[in-house]
Amino acid sequence: MPGFDLRAALRHRELLLAAAIAVLLGAIAARFPGFVAPANLFGVFNDSAILIVMALGQAAVILTRSIDLSVAANVALTGMVVALLDAHHPGLPLALLIGVALLQGLGLGAINGWFVWKVGIPPIVVTLGTLTIYRGLAFVLSGGAWINSFQFSQSFLALPRAVVLGLPVLSWIAVAVVAVMAVVFGRSPVGRAWYAVGGNPTAAVYAGIDAGRARFLAFCLSGLLSGLCGYLWVSRYAVAYVDVASGFELDVIAACVIGGVSIAGGIGTVWGTLLGALFLGIIKNALPVIAVSPFAQMAISGAVIIAAVTLNTRAERKAGRIILRPVAGLPGRADRAPARATP
Amino acid sequence: MTIEASAPAFRTIPDRLHGRWRALAGSWEALLLGVAATIFVADALASPYFLDLTNLSDATFTFTEKAIVALAMAFVIVAGEIDLSVGGTIALASTAMGAAAQTGAGTAELVGVGLAVGAACGLFNGFLVARVGLPSIVATIGTMSLYRGISYLVLGDTVYNGYPDSFGFFGQGYVWGVLSFEFASFGLLAVLAGIVLHRTTFGRAVRAIGNNPFAARFSGLRVERIRGVAFLLTGLAAGLAAVMLTARLGSTRPSIALGWELDIVTIVVLGGVNIQGGAGTIPGVVIAALVMGLVTTGLGLLNVPGIIMSIVVGAMLIAVITLPILARRLLHRRKPA
Amino acid sequence: MLRLSRISKHFPGVKALDGVDLELRAGRVTALIGENGAGKSTLVKILTGIYRPDGGEILVEGQPVRFDAPEDAQAARITAIHQETVLFDELSVAENIYLGHTPRTRLGLVNWAAVQARAAALLFGLDAPIRPRTLLKNLSIAQRHLVAIARALSVDSTVVIMDEPTAALSHKEVEDLFRILARLKASGKAILFISHKFEELHRIADDYVVFRDGRTVGSGTMAEASHDNLVRLMVGRSVDQVFPKVPAPIGAPVLEVRGYSHPTEFDDISFTLRRGEILGVYGLVGAGRSELCQSLFGITRPSAGTVAVEGRPVRIRSARDAVAAGIVYVPEERGRHGAVLAMPIFENVTLGSLGTVSRRGFLKTAEEFRLARHYAERFDLRAASLSQPVGTLSGGNQQKVVIGKWLATNPKVIMLDEPTKGIDVGSKSAVHAFMSELAGQGLAVLMVSSELPEILGMADRVLVMREGRMAGLYEREGLTAETLVQAATGNTGVRH
Repeated sequence: MPGFDLRAALRHRELLLAAAIAVLLGAIAARFPGFVAPANLFGVFNDSAILIVMALGQAAVILTRSIDLSVAANVALTGMVVALLDAHHPGLPLALLIGVALLQGLGLGAINGWFVWKVGIPPIVVTLGTLTIYRGLAFVLSGGAWINSFQFSQSFLALPRAVVLGLPVLSWIAVAVVAVMAVVFGRSPVGRAWYAVGGNPTAAVYAGIDAGRARFLAFCLSGLLSGLCGYLWVSRYAVAYVDVASGFELDVIAACVIGGVSIAGGIGTVWGTLLGALFLGIIKNALPVIAVSPFAQMAISGAVIIAAVTLNTRAERKAGRIILRPVAGLPGRADRAPARATP
Repeated sequence: MTIEASAPAFRTIPDRLHGRWRALAGSWEALLLGVAATIFVADALASPYFLDLTNLSDATFTFTEKAIVALAMAFVIVAGEIDLSVGGTIALASTAMGAAAQTGAGTAELVGVGLAVGAACGLFNGFLVARVGLPSIVATIGTMSLYRGISYLVLGDTVYNGYPDSFGFFGQGYVWGVLSFEFASFGLLAVLAGIVLHRTTFGRAVRAIGNNPFAARFSGLRVERIRGVAFLLTGLAAGLAAVMLTARLGSTRPSIALGWELDIVTIVVLGGVNIQGGAGTIPGVVIAALVMGLVTTGLGLLNVPGIIMSIVVGAMLIAVITLPILARRLLHRRKPA
Repeated sequence: MLRLSRISKHFPGVKALDGVDLELRAGRVTALIGENGAGKSTLVKILTGIYRPDGGEILVEGQPVRFDAPEDAQAARITAIHQETVLFDELSVAENIYLGHTPRTRLGLVNWAAVQARAAALLFGLDAPIRPRTLLKNLSIAQRHLVAIARALSVDSTVVIMDEPTAALSHKEVEDLFRILARLKASGKAILFISHKFEELHRIADDYVVFRDGRTVGSGTMAEASHDNLVRLMVGRSVDQVFPKVPAPIGAPVLEVRGYSHPTEFDDISFTLRRGEILGVYGLVGAGRSELCQSLFGITRPSAGTVAVEGRPVRIRSARDAVAAGIVYVPEERGRHGAVLAMPIFENVTLGSLGTVSRRGFLKTAEEFRLARHYAERFDLRAASLSQPVGTLSGGNQQKVVIGKWLATNPKVIMLDEPTKGIDVGSKSAVHAFMSELAGQGLAVLMVSSELPEILGMADRVLVMREGRMAGLYEREGLTAETLVQAATGNTGVRH
């Protein structure tokens, strides 16, 4: 049995990322041991919960070689709708409101997916358009007014904060979504279809997979989870206004990219995406602790995205076809550094 | 030789089948021009103030800076890439100019700083995409945060102002009568961009790369260099837009030009440039910029708030791409198979 | 079991199939014979639901059926091993075999345990030493073909289509495949076997159908068919007329390649190419021939070796360097690497020589049209206008545009990779005639081809590659097809 193959381990993006997170936590803990106290780490997880949930939806879309820029606008619009419903009809049961959030999110995602599937418009164009439309509609509905914490019903605000088995419900929702997505990505026919469609669209057709439908369902999932986060966001921060989650779509995409989801499609895992979101969440939470201006956060996440995608691109670079068979007694030629491939 | 013996008499193949005018009449640009004219008339009918020359000239300020960046962005998109960092570039260039102004830099130095920072940002994007080989959409999402993030880091919640008075010319000045410096620059740059994209080997190479980067490389084109130059040009244009915008506003905040990248990409796509690369014209982009300007002006005259305008713009983006596709499908369906 | 009657399929500018008939019977192997471009692959795509026919009827067990999507063909229990392996690099071997028809659990989820176990059993049955968990991207080309075969066998089908399954297999692997084939036949499946190799067909096929230019031109039982007869049906005339090889005076060395190697694709290749010479490069699909050409053309970097043009050592680091050194390459994948399909003919012709049709970077359109017209007339290009997109031309005419692009750069060496693949017979001999003419004018020609008649008919010398290495270099004099096949497949031993 040969020894531990370090290079093979490095090729496992999840391990690499987990190691990076460990190093990051170690570096912070060296000066601020309190940061790695379990209670604080759970707090960080809770803070990252919404990002994790949305990143998993986005990961499905990116797996199919698409992109969904409208997720944050979906959060704003769905959040506004449930906030208005709650503020004007305080008697509505919370379950109904959450149902509305899920359905509406799903609908908004389905609109994106329909244009991509049935009309054949590139996803970036569709979601660029719907991103302004969805956020604009939030303005139309609210007239630009804010809905503040005192206008919400108690139960509306209480749910994400309620502590069950030592963790807030918000955290449990993230855990549940991760668990369900692990099954959807890894074991459901539609999840495997996403990998196939993104990995090789032509071969997917030969295998009898409807690429357009798979892509449509990915947009639906992304919309559904964004709708859920619309409620979670408004409830957690106890405020709804037009610019809620403004620019958050970039954080969501960044979490996916850092987590090793390839923008070229077909590569990425639930665990990687989870780690990518946690990585961003840790940085966001650590900055005030290590006394770096919160204004530095944007620059840092930009630099992290560039670094992460550079590493991933290196790892994914096509090594060309393997034609030579290793000659007996010599180290396999196929193991040597691969040559750089064409564009 | 065998081939000459067996070859039939040469047939003459014409250069083109249809005249250029006929091709032009059925083009996307002609359609857009029709849309622009309709909106122009609608605006004129909607408000008696619209046709006032000074008023019209003032209206151009709201979109000229974006339109200038769109001219360069057209090259990036035709080459099959995208640059989402232009808003961040403008913020960083503006911040650099603000910092230079604090140290007492004169107008000429400020313009130099703005253009240089813009060019440097573009060069870095080009380096990431062409040399490192990153997908441009992710690379420029990263640099978008990085560039604007640096502005936030420098400025926090403070503001730079105190630009020299003469600097204001670039954003507020007029070169001839009601013709503003901004609009005149746009016109000049549009002609220049049109010539470069449609009449030079560089423009041809950009189009070939956008259509099929493999075949372009297999044809001996310097794919990386050409991609890099397209990003550099876009950075430079964003630098110029930063000069104009900063001069017009007279102040710099880190949130300057927030979200502009989406408006600029919208102008380019509306102008008929294929988002997947390979096709598009500068006249199309220019007309699309005018359409956008006319729509915003018209809605402004009707006192429609800005965010509603953005709904209209978003809906327009999807509609102009969807309607021709659906119309073509309907036509095909009607034809008996 | 399966009957096709009067099936037609048109593409813009091409009539791919023009009322063909075909019948497959249970327990019999039917050989489908035809040149490249005869419509064989189009037929396979119709039978598997990828294309829809414009006319004609498909009957399964006597019942007319319609295949609107690949699922419909699967439901009719038709399965195919396609010519290009259509698989997924980033997925495991087991998933590649079962994607689209994975075993499910009661909850409708993928049953990975069953997928792994069944894939392992299938691969074991194929004598393929491949672990089901390996990612496909780590497999060699021959291994990928085995996975493709396993995929086709993973469905319980009654009709199995094999589109040139042996093109990339070594001698031993072909023997393994034939054993499997015999087993399938014995179990009552109807098999459609597409191949160029007559020796193979005589061994395993019971019936044959010959296609030419999208029509059925003959059919019968294999036992009654003679080799010459089949060739005549396939080509439409006798063979010796097909290749207008004009012996050209062979001059000084132009291209000298020594010890040329790549980390994963080829190793230690050495040859010399002279003025007026046509060097054929023969081998199985995936033997590293295209990779060698692309490296010589500057697309990928070699790890060792030297290249000299007219005695001067050159360093080629990009296609631009190669063109400057006088080496040009007409790639195998015309639509992907050769031409920019969406751009007009004249822009494609001048794409390799933009410097000569421009002044200070400004294009001279009249000059572009002049150059394009020159080559269009020289090649008798069939096009409505020079502003027509190349994508609307037929394969043969697209090839003429690509060759014209390179002749416009005045090259010294022209490398042609499968130059007549997917081209109709008429254009084919035009390309061959042209190759002879170029050699006669003193160009050095390197021609990669998988078609033995083309290699034997056109080449002055033949370099054979096997698994990325040189397996032999032969003079035209006295060269036989057997010698080349043996060198290419590694079958140096017994005859059958």
